[in-house]
Amino acid sequence: MTITVNDKQYDLPDDPRVSLLDFLRRDIGLTGTKKGCDHGQCGACTVLVGGMRINSCLTLAVMHDGDSVQTIEGIGTETDPSPLQRAFLEHDGYQCGYCTPGQICSATALLDEIANNWPSDASDDLEAAIDLTDEEIRERMSGNLCRCGAYVNIVAAIKAAAKEMAA
Amino acid sequence: MRPFDYQRAERLEHASQLTRPEGGRSIAGGTNLLDLMKLQVETPDTLVDISRLPMAGIEDTDDGGLRIGALASNTATAVHPRVKADYPVLARAILAGATQQLRNKATTGGNLCQRTRCYYFTQINQPCNKREPGSGCGAIDGIARIHAILGTSDQCIATYPGDMAVALAALDATVEIAGEGERTRRVPVRDFHCLPGDTPWRDNVLEDGEIITGVTLPAPVGGTQIYRKVRERSSYAFALVSVAAIVEMDGDLISRADLAFGGVAHKPWHDPRLSDHLVGSVPSAELFDKAADILLDTAQGYGENDFKIPLARRTLSAVLAHATGTKI
Repeated sequence: MTITVNDKQYDLPDDPRVSLLDFLRRDIGLTGTKKGCDHGQCGACTVLVGGMRINSCLTLAVMHDGDSVQTIEGIGTETDPSPLQRAFLEHDGYQCGYCTPGQICSATALLDEIANNWPSDASDDLEAAIDLTDEEIRERMSGNLCRCGAYVNIVAAIKAAAKEMAA
Repeated sequence: MRPFDYQRAERLEHASQLTRPEGGRSIAGGTNLLDLMKLQVETPDTLVDISRLPMAGIEDTDDGGLRIGALASNTATAVHPRVKADYPVLARAILAGATQQLRNKATTGGNLCQRTRCYYFTQINQPCNKREPGSGCGAIDGIARIHAILGTSDQCIATYPGDMAVALAALDATVEIAGEGERTRRVPVRDFHCLPGDTPWRDNVLEDGEIITGVTLPAPVGGTQIYRKVRERSSYAFALVSVAAIVEMDGDLISRADLAFGGVAHKPWHDPRLSDHLVGSVPSAELFDKAADILLDTAQGYGENDFKIPLARRTLSAVLAHATGTKI
């Protein structure tokens, strides 16, 4: 049983209790993904599986046989950051930085969801094109907590990246 | 997390076989079950992974309705063009729950089976008749802010926490269940969840080895569909009270009023007396208030959750006013 993480293939663990989060951090050393609450409440562990954002703490690694996972290490690097990573730097979208990998993974998926016109609880019309207002961003990012309270700047960063990518 | 045996089900009958013995549990999205396993509220001997069974489809039915597979994710359901167009109350209810990350994993079947968020249920050092039959109920005379006001028993006052099933109850959807061998049965969502009574450990009518295979929605009806959820923060919180409503007008008269309520009982609450009371009448503040009298005639608060009784009344009135275009 194997799993692909950031385009590299790995064997899955023998112990079925290992969460995808612990597999990433402990077994293959990708410590960019963070453990906050370990109960799906904080979003620090957010990664993309098949392009969809999920809480890696609430899923077993063995259930991802054949899946393709993207973590913060696969989204960008120091020398080649993604548009969202650049926007978080420019807009000071963090203080301590612990929640940031989860915020950026989550926001990366958010931009795809907007492009696909998936509505949210904040959307007035379920079927209309989504206008990426602050309210939409806040609702869509509600699964990612920031104890430092950098929310205003996180919203600004996501908005700026969306604008840049649309240009 | 306690050790367990992990098995991947290759076929539905295989899954049913594996989960039949006591201590067997099926897992799909896992967002609720794994959380409870970490807390040792759930300690299955065997986890049967059903996530790869071919039950994720969403298809039209012959009678113009829609069948949503048990493994369709909450996201896939909420963004499905027919759900958005014909069953907006369902899309709205799903989008009002959890977070995008959780909805991406959560499935139709798992969401129906999700367990209560009662604080005493999730803390294994506390008494709870649901988790440990006979140990008592900590919430009665305890911390009961999120607890039920309708259909409670002296054994348990927990609520069913979900949103999706409340919309399904308003829509009068049907749950498809596969059992041993070729045996299948269909249960209306309104009858799927149980009241606590003196068997509070029983959340729903599923028997050992039975697995939900899908949910079918009847052909769409007209009118206005609303899901109104009142909660303690504006996103990612369980309902204190929620109302799913499908209301249609014929001239000045209400011609349809299918209502279901979340956050108030051990199941999505549907009271057929409300439709009888509302249909055929001219909407007014007095009519809505009388509907609330009917809904709440047996309501009982447990101290901290007393506020839910007036909250349910006001939320019902607000939803009916909105749906019928009535000023109250």
